[in-house]
Amino acid sequence: MTSAGSGLTLLQTCALSLLVFTGASQFALVGALAAGGNPFTAAAGAFFLGVRNAFYGLRLSQLLALPRAVRPFAAQWVIDETTAVTLAQPTRRAARLGFTVTGASLYVLWNLTTFLGALGAKALGDTDAWGLDAAGPAVFLALLAPMLKTATERAVAALAVLLGLGLLPVLPAGVPVLAAALAAPAVLYLTGRRASVARDDVRDVPDPQDVRDVRGDDR
Amino acid sequence: MNIWIAVAVTAVGCYAVKLAGLLVPAGVLERPLVRRLAALLPVALLAALTAQQTFGDGHTLVLNARAAGLGAAAVALVLRAPFLVVVAAAVLVTAGVRALGG
Repeated sequence: MTSAGSGLTLLQTCALSLLVFTGASQFALVGALAAGGNPFTAAAGAFFLGVRNAFYGLRLSQLLALPRAVRPFAAQWVIDETTAVTLAQPTRRAARLGFTVTGASLYVLWNLTTFLGALGAKALGDTDAWGLDAAGPAVFLALLAPMLKTATERAVAALAVLLGLGLLPVLPAGVPVLAAALAAPAVLYLTGRRASVARDDVRDVPDPQDVRDVRGDDR
Repeated sequence: MNIWIAVAVTAVGCYAVKLAGLLVPAGVLERPLVRRLAALLPVALLAALTAQQTFGDGHTLVLNARAAGLGAAAVALVLRAPFLVVVAAAVLVTAGVRALGG
């Protein structure tokens, strides 16, 4: 729905959902295109949001122990939800079942709602009058909020907002977002320097769950 | 046409990283620095995109009904509302403010 409101055709919206199938990246791509970004910078932003799926894949490949031939097909379903369900299963059999069922049902539902949403947005006409232009940033905010767990993440977010808004009037469309991404290495560098003095490794690790998982593998 | 390029590049890139996770030996991506950077990059990108889509209009910064909508979404998030309620709050408040002439 958001995407139909920002200039993509019905076909483009559905192709995006079918082919990309990772919500945050889809919204990011659409958002960057709506903001007038060129296709490559838009795709770069979406790509970075999809990078976390690689980390999910790492965990899942150990849990599922899939044959190599099956992996290219399973890969498309490596997303937040399937990982959450799979990690919660006690046995490998249950993990495989959980991954397949969650992946298949989400894939169907997600693409169906995309199609209906795009049709609906078309029927609505001027999406701005309905406030739908606020849906994009609200989705980002909802995705962002659970990530802001420590001071490090909040500092990155604050710096990125400043860079993104500050550079918006002066740089070509799409570039300010990429420049704002530099907030991540910048803050990491600064906290790294401080951490090397204070020697406090745990504080900077983003997700306590991940830490436990990694240590669990050291058996 | 440009949009198709963006869709294709994103699809290939996102599929590649998903597959990479399943194929790459664990050691490469599990280096602490790579992990932390990968966790922080989405934070930076999402924060910048949120701000730009709320306050940006082309190359100018604006303060309009969207800001009120985002405020509503923020309140909903603080109240731990479900995802759809958060988005609905933003949409409804934005539309409401606009209808009142905001």
